[in-house]
Amino acid sequence: MNHSRRKAIKTGGSVLAMLFAAGILKPDTAMAQTLNDSAFSMKTLADALRAIGAQNPATSDAIVIKAPNIAENGAVVPVSVESKLPGTESITLLVEKNPTPLVASFGIPAGTDGSISTRVKMGQTSDVYALVKADGKFFMAKQEIKITLGGCGG
Amino acid sequence: MADPMRIRAAVRDGVVNVKVLMSHEMETGQRKDAAGNAVPAHYIRSVSATHQGKTVLSAQWGPAVSKNPYLEFSFKGGTKGDKVNITWEDNKGDKRTDEATIS
Repeated sequence: MNHSRRKAIKTGGSVLAMLFAAGILKPDTAMAQTLNDSAFSMKTLADALRAIGAQNPATSDAIVIKAPNIAENGAVVPVSVESKLPGTESITLLVEKNPTPLVASFGIPAGTDGSISTRVKMGQTSDVYALVKADGKFFMAKQEIKITLGGCGG
Repeated sequence: MADPMRIRAAVRDGVVNVKVLMSHEMETGQRKDAAGNAVPAHYIRSVSATHQGKTVLSAQWGPAVSKNPYLEFSFKGGTKGDKVNITWEDNKGDKRTDEATIS
């Protein structure tokens, strides 16, 4: 039996517990997940924004949404967001008229560009919002995307 | 276990551009099958990307991300030959990690 290893594991565990207790090391990921779980289930844009903690975000020209004006297939709508705001911490995509507007949230650590591309589903023609958190404040931009064939349903 | 991701990571002027194509059903939970029963939701909830142990992107998704999700992002500080790891986890607890070499 390797006692020193067991001891090391034990000490390591209690040190970690102490760090949690002291609030030095916050269980960030766990907290973020629970917050977003409720935000993802919100049925209106306003509720989703409230759940994220971003009521009445300021509109910003420094956020650029690149997406088609008309998308034929609502199941696959390519959307790119570029934030030119300094200190961008996160980019969140919301589709106002989806059953649950919150689509995806991206955490941007320092060193990563404030620019992401993905593909989203849209049930119907709707405004698409890009919510950016920069320097602790929320900013927003929107673009309308017209859908000729819905993506939520059959 | 789900199919592997397709990852391309390429460096240009010190910025690494990463493109990921995941293989996942991304079922919304709103659809009904032929018999009229609701199809249970099955979607990727979280995605993270690391480069040499440092997180370069962390994402939380809902079911409205398209089937077989596509993701593109860029980060600074990578060089050719470095590894980039992408991990996703879905709402049923399924996980998958794939690695790509920066070219």
